[in-house]
Amino acid sequence: MTSPFRTFAALAALALSTGATAQEEIRIGVLYPLTGAAASTGIELKNAAQLAADLINGTDKSLGLPLAGAGGLPGLKGAKIKLVFADHQGNPQVGATEAERLIAEHKVAALQGAYFSTVTTTASQVAERNGVPFLNADSSSPALTQRGFKWFFRTTPHDELFVQNAFEFLRDLQKKKGFAQPKRIAIFAENTEFGTGAAKLQERYAKENGFEVVEKVLYPPKGTQLTSEVQKLKASRPDIVMQSSYLGDAILSMKTYKDLGFLPTALLANDAGFNDSEFLKTMGKDGNFVISREVWALDLGAKKPVIAKANALLQARHGVNFNGNSARAFTGVFALADAINRAGSTKPEAIQKALQQTNIAGADLIMPWGGIQFDATGQNTKGAGIIVQVQDGKYVTVWPFDLASKDVIWPMPGWDKR
Amino acid sequence: MTVELLLQTLLSGVLFGLVYALVAIGLTLIFGVMDIVNFAHGEFLMFGMYAAFWGFALWGLDPIVTLPLTTLLLFGVGVAVYRLVIRRITDAPMLSQIFATFGLMIFFRGLAQYLWKPDFRSVDHTIVAGKVAFAGLQFGLPQVVAALGAVATTAAVWAFLRFTRLGAALEATAADKEAAALMGIDAQKMFALAWGIGAACAGVAGALLATYYPVFPEVGSTFILVAFVLVALGGFGSVVGAFWAGILVGIVEVLGGFLWDPAYKMVLVLSLYLIVVWFRPQGLMGKA
Repeated sequence: MTSPFRTFAALAALALSTGATAQEEIRIGVLYPLTGAAASTGIELKNAAQLAADLINGTDKSLGLPLAGAGGLPGLKGAKIKLVFADHQGNPQVGATEAERLIAEHKVAALQGAYFSTVTTTASQVAERNGVPFLNADSSSPALTQRGFKWFFRTTPHDELFVQNAFEFLRDLQKKKGFAQPKRIAIFAENTEFGTGAAKLQERYAKENGFEVVEKVLYPPKGTQLTSEVQKLKASRPDIVMQSSYLGDAILSMKTYKDLGFLPTALLANDAGFNDSEFLKTMGKDGNFVISREVWALDLGAKKPVIAKANALLQARHGVNFNGNSARAFTGVFALADAINRAGSTKPEAIQKALQQTNIAGADLIMPWGGIQFDATGQNTKGAGIIVQVQDGKYVTVWPFDLASKDVIWPMPGWDKR
Repeated sequence: MTVELLLQTLLSGVLFGLVYALVAIGLTLIFGVMDIVNFAHGEFLMFGMYAAFWGFALWGLDPIVTLPLTTLLLFGVGVAVYRLVIRRITDAPMLSQIFATFGLMIFFRGLAQYLWKPDFRSVDHTIVAGKVAFAGLQFGLPQVVAALGAVATTAAVWAFLRFTRLGAALEATAADKEAAALMGIDAQKMFALAWGIGAACAGVAGALLATYYPVFPEVGSTFILVAFVLVALGGFGSVVGAFWAGILVGIVEVLGGFLWDPAYKMVLVLSLYLIVVWFRPQGLMGKA
């Protein structure tokens, strides 16, 4: 072979290969609230999702999850994943418009999002209409998987399981620890999809489990004050408050509890704002002893080393720990990548089919789950919940007792005894 | 028990209403003098809160200690906004004015998010921490101090307008720009002054709020809707009207939410507004 020919061949190969990569970049549209009251949560989710994509695109295999360090998806000749982020501002209309834009303008192979159940509702409708797979990693309203959608897949367990968990936890406290059974439950929830859905379930399960629901307060989110709401709770003298709030309201309600001297035996929070890193930072020691349902906790790393390893990577990059929300966003990207990789194509139908056949083992996740496998409604059937409590400014696992790293502190000590 | 709860709720409403009033006073002053609706007013409040927060975070200074500085700083911000933006649209069509202040609002929020991240931050200890308890009622000391500060500031603004030559000149400009100019009053200066004082009021409110309310780039949006209601309810341009409207709205919101359903507390507030403007379109204290 002559040397000019070689050069030509090399150049041709280069041209072909760059052409191929450009074509096979896999775009995934990711919808989170990047501005607005929940922006700090949204940015945590974005960072976690991006870390997952970078791990898949990179070549560092040390994390030990399948696809991490694969240098792109092997099923698509090493095509890289590109996350296209869009900001839905916590607004369902914006969520739908942005989903539309990601599909039409960026030709995304799949969508992931959107944290707020209300926004997930509208954005996934757009995906359904356009025949684009929508992976939801972090919205817990049960209604989302009861719509008969064909393109909607949810990796996280939903509120029904979480509410069941809460009552199992209360029963276990009585049975295994001999605590006095609390009777009076007050339900406190924001009045969008997330809060009203959770409140309805809590009310039903409370009655089925022989509790008395003494008050149910649904409030409009993002107000300036929660004084009237807290006064209503206080007047009902509950043993337990079950609360569903996003970040701003979670902080505001806790401050109002303290100001008005309201102290139930326990505050059982429904994740969301209470599990945001900002919540602990802002509340300081007033945030202690809140109990919350979770899907993830840092102290699980003692029993599952991949959790600690993944957390170290996020720490190195952003200086924050994973939390239940960001761990789920991270897991969502891996679940989508796994399906697209098996599909060997970016065609929506192929990805949909691969998602339906998903079967990821629990050991291959940074979650304490049995794995990921979707039922006909698109719900992951192998998810599981844990219950955590803030102790010394950190969330520690207190239930199930075999995963617990600390004993639950019960009842909640007074505001002035901290 | 019930009487205590009611009284507690009522007084909590008054405390909140006074802070609402302080935010609205700056807004109504600017509107009264210039007939311009300042959509970026909530962002003045946000800047006031951040000024208080950073004074605390960087130098350990209490928001109450830095309050005079925060007030001056916001006065400067108000004057600067007037000179750089508002002056150019004084005689522009209303739509341009709306877009200008609306654009400022979005710009300021974006700026805050860019500079200080969207995180919720708070001043975690202050000299006004603690509680005031009497007759079985209890209130956070920061809320009480904020309410008293709001009363003092309103009184000061009112006295300034009522008893000083400068204040009279401001009121004259508000009443009739041309006639005031003929009397030798420099309208430009008066407009700048109105923006300065308006922003300074939001600055005082921000500094006081920062002692008990978290700071984040969108914090202005939670207060501004109520402030607009107060301006209309109290009578456009009326400082005293906005003050009483603040107390009224605070009570209706908190007590109404408690007695009825909190989900409808803003419905109550806006119904009150509708009823008042039905009978008095000029608002409680506005001039017909």
